[in-house]
Amino acid sequence: MAKYKFHWVLIVIGLVLGLMLSTQFRVQKEQIYAYNIERVRQLAQDVETAREEREALRARIQELRDELDKVAEESRHGNLRRELDNIRMQAGLLSVTGPGVEVVLNDSSTPTQPGQNPNLYVLHDEDLLRVINELRAAGAEALAINGERLVATSEIRCIGPAVVVNKDKRLAPPYTITAIGDPDTLIASLEMRDGVMATLKFWGIQVAVRRVPEAVVPAYTGKTMLDYGRPLFGEGGS
Amino acid sequence: MWVSIWLAVVGLVVGIGIGFNLPVFLPAAYAKYLGIAILAALDSVFGGIRAAMEEKFDNLVFLSGFVGNAMMAALLVFIGDRLGVEIYIAAVVAFGVRLFHNLGVIRRYLVGRKSETA
Repeated sequence: MAKYKFHWVLIVIGLVLGLMLSTQFRVQKEQIYAYNIERVRQLAQDVETAREEREALRARIQELRDELDKVAEESRHGNLRRELDNIRMQAGLLSVTGPGVEVVLNDSSTPTQPGQNPNLYVLHDEDLLRVINELRAAGAEALAINGERLVATSEIRCIGPAVVVNKDKRLAPPYTITAIGDPDTLIASLEMRDGVMATLKFWGIQVAVRRVPEAVVPAYTGKTMLDYGRPLFGEGGS
Repeated sequence: MWVSIWLAVVGLVVGIGIGFNLPVFLPAAYAKYLGIAILAALDSVFGGIRAAMEEKFDNLVFLSGFVGNAMMAALLVFIGDRLGVEIYIAAVVAFGVRLFHNLGVIRRYLVGRKSETA
């Protein structure tokens, strides 16, 4: 009889082991499942975001069309229309043409010596920013890099080998900066002694400035609606 | 002895059945602990079968080994997680080696019995 004394233990052990095994199986299965769910959710969210963006763009198009219609209607108010055009030009929503300069920048052509940091001889976003800053200081009225209009909210950021502006426009060297303004002032400010161009040339970066009688700066094509800011009328406002 | 093995198998099947139909669920974070505990438990089970074949089976030794090994293995995982050292590998190796050793012994018993009867 003692032979069968351990039967109940075996049953219990079998039960517990079975429970543990099946629970573990389920957890592992659920993990894979959960991962897929997560992925699906992510994709669905991406689609939703893109859809929202599209809706916003559509609304914007409608808005612009209405605006255009209104302006066309009120074309007899000549000064109002001129003011509107002026503001849109300043905001970068209109293509601008006029006298200006074209600055072409490219990575250094001098071969790096062993042991030297090659980063010093590569064109960076900061170099572009300095040139842009200098041009703005010299009174540039409209600016574009590689045909991408720079507006008040434009950024110039390094993303590895390329530079991104206006949130999603990737630009690759050589960079052509088009600026509209007084060509003499613009060129003089760039070529100042120990100025921007001198520094860039010191590192062997290829810079070329040339005068353009009829430079063209295209209109800004990105998002123009503000999500957070709204006009403040009354005190402080115009 | 075969009766006990069949009873254990019945218990296992019933346990799996219950486990798959249980509404409560183990968080995925504990899956590693349970995995190691299962390995330890399996080792105990094979140790128990071996002991039964050697006619040395003891309820208390078996039960304490089953529970204690599983707890200890889970504890090792926990400590390893906290220390950033994967100590549970020690448990995996130790239990794995013992499991196969026990299996080998059981196999020898089975084959030996067979050759005796044949």
